[in-house]
Amino acid sequence: MAENITFGLAADFENPHTLMKAAKRCRDKGFKSWDVITPFPVHGLEEAMGLKRSRVPFFTFIGGATGFITGTFIAWYMNAFDYPLIVGGKPLFSPVFPFPVMYELTILLAALSTIAGMFILNGLPRHYHPVMKAKDFAATTDDTLRITIESSDPLYDSEKTRVFLQEIGGTNIQELED
Amino acid sequence: MVFSDQFPLDSKTPAPPEVMADVKPADLPRPKLVENDRSFGWITNKVCGIVEEKTPTWWWVAFACATSLASFTVIGLTYLVSTGVGVWGLANPINWGWAIVNFVFWIGIGHAGTLISAILCLLKQPWRTTINRAAEAMTIFAVACAGIFPVFHVGRVWFAWWLFPLPNANAIWPNFRSPLLWDVFAVSTYATVSVLFWYVGLIPDLASVRDRAKSKFRKIFYGIFAMGWRGSTRNWNNYEMAYLLLAGLSTPLVLSVHTIVSFDFAVSLIPGWHTTIFPPYFVAGAIFSGFGMVLTLMLPLRAIYGLHDLITQHHIDCMCKITLATGTIVGYAYTMEFFIAAYGANPFEIFAFINRAFGIYSWAYITMFTCNVVTPQLFWFKCIRERPHVVWVISIFVNVGMWFERFVITVTSLAREFLPSSWGYYSPTWVDVFTFFGTFGVFSTLFLLFVRFLPLIAVAEVKAVTPQADPHHYEEGEHH
Repeated sequence: MAENITFGLAADFENPHTLMKAAKRCRDKGFKSWDVITPFPVHGLEEAMGLKRSRVPFFTFIGGATGFITGTFIAWYMNAFDYPLIVGGKPLFSPVFPFPVMYELTILLAALSTIAGMFILNGLPRHYHPVMKAKDFAATTDDTLRITIESSDPLYDSEKTRVFLQEIGGTNIQELED
Repeated sequence: MVFSDQFPLDSKTPAPPEVMADVKPADLPRPKLVENDRSFGWITNKVCGIVEEKTPTWWWVAFACATSLASFTVIGLTYLVSTGVGVWGLANPINWGWAIVNFVFWIGIGHAGTLISAILCLLKQPWRTTINRAAEAMTIFAVACAGIFPVFHVGRVWFAWWLFPLPNANAIWPNFRSPLLWDVFAVSTYATVSVLFWYVGLIPDLASVRDRAKSKFRKIFYGIFAMGWRGSTRNWNNYEMAYLLLAGLSTPLVLSVHTIVSFDFAVSLIPGWHTTIFPPYFVAGAIFSGFGMVLTLMLPLRAIYGLHDLITQHHIDCMCKITLATGTIVGYAYTMEFFIAAYGANPFEIFAFINRAFGIYSWAYITMFTCNVVTPQLFWFKCIRERPHVVWVISIFVNVGMWFERFVITVTSLAREFLPSSWGYYSPTWVDVFTFFGTFGVFSTLFLLFVRFLPLIAVAEVKAVTPQADPHHYEEGEHH
């Protein structure tokens, strides 16, 4: 094994328009292990990269359903089953009066699981990543738009990929260490 | 930028009617969100620079004043805990005085933050991006101040956890039929979700601050909270979905919180409280007071840090117009309450409202009506909206008026209940005064710390709404 394993190649693009065109070229070329690093979400880039719709809503739904059931259950268990408490001649349990509790717990757990889902799907927190090793990585959280193609991609070839990145308008092409 | 650039017409859209050629409609340009065509780098430097510069002198002075003021809350609460809740002015028949007034006041302030961050996000209002971060911070700190009052009102504050449905030595559970319990759930959910929403928005900006950090300590400190964010589009894809979902969850949440707060009153049978108009009226009032506070905070920040290119006149206009709209809704609610009282022909209800406006507390009612209904009407005039000093003064009137609204609702009804034998007059004690005015210190202290240590404008979001961030922006030269 070589001492410096290459993570891949990175190239910078001038503006969101050229970046978008380049991303479409990468997608059409058939790359799988590649990414676009941008300081802000570029509208329509997910589509240009061919990314699928995010699966975060699945987590949200599970959380929300859990919250709703929990709210209903605790209201019934605590006031009608475990310690029946007669207050103001009202029924011990009804889906109406604890509705605010069910509603708030639905939102609370849905929000918590949305964020958990976002972190899980993104594989964060991950305080180290090869793209951060680039000397000018700081520029990508400021104003630089960068495409990275990883060496693990079956289509990757250090020479051909470099030429390809140049062809699609990339500048400042650099090799990223793993 | 003209309308058709933002919403490009595709080939399927029918052509505009022929008459348009003769009418020649005016080309109304959309106001710029960032003035002077600032670059991405300029935005990063401007906002992150605030966090990185040497602590300015004004900050130390303001911080010293804020912490001194906050110490008044500490004194008030220490005296209350060591003596008993009787040191507040609460006494029969007015057992809800400043405590609930201040609670509702602070919770209401928070609502504008969530409106800006969540509802305006769903309504696709891009102007929200420069003010949402600070407004959300305001929400969190306001909710923290609000929480002080009910928690200490329980008297033995070390038992405050009994509010939650946790097993305890008494082996009984909270009563789910009580609006006060609903309030516990609503406010704690609101606080939690607001913090989470705020934090998720902060992550990309914390990454910017991390990458610009010069010292090791800052790199680690901001690095930990940035969660290793690297701006990958695969991450942005999930991030934007999560952000949208949180906005979608926060919207019904913020509407429900003040609704449930209003249930504390509306579910009772006290004349003047037992009305169905309370939930929408409270929500409108909350947004109104919150925008008052946003203006109170943002105008000085804009002047101190020279953020005129980011918080433009357009932003101030928008905020003033929302204040005007919600203030007018509040005014409508005040009047409608009188109409319903008269139309309902319930003598107790009629008496409650006549007493509210002309009774022993008429001074409070007049203050409320002037500050909330009359002053915001000045925002109809462009010349008023274009003078930040005048806008700032009006925003103070809004804050004062909304505090009086809660005072009027709470105290006038309790002071003149059904039986004259249970009538009374409520006055706060010095402990009430200390505790309440001190919370402004608590709020300011937290807000100053926020301004000093976190980017006060959502950098990534502002960049995303600039024209140069739009891939179609570069096509103009090719097509036109």
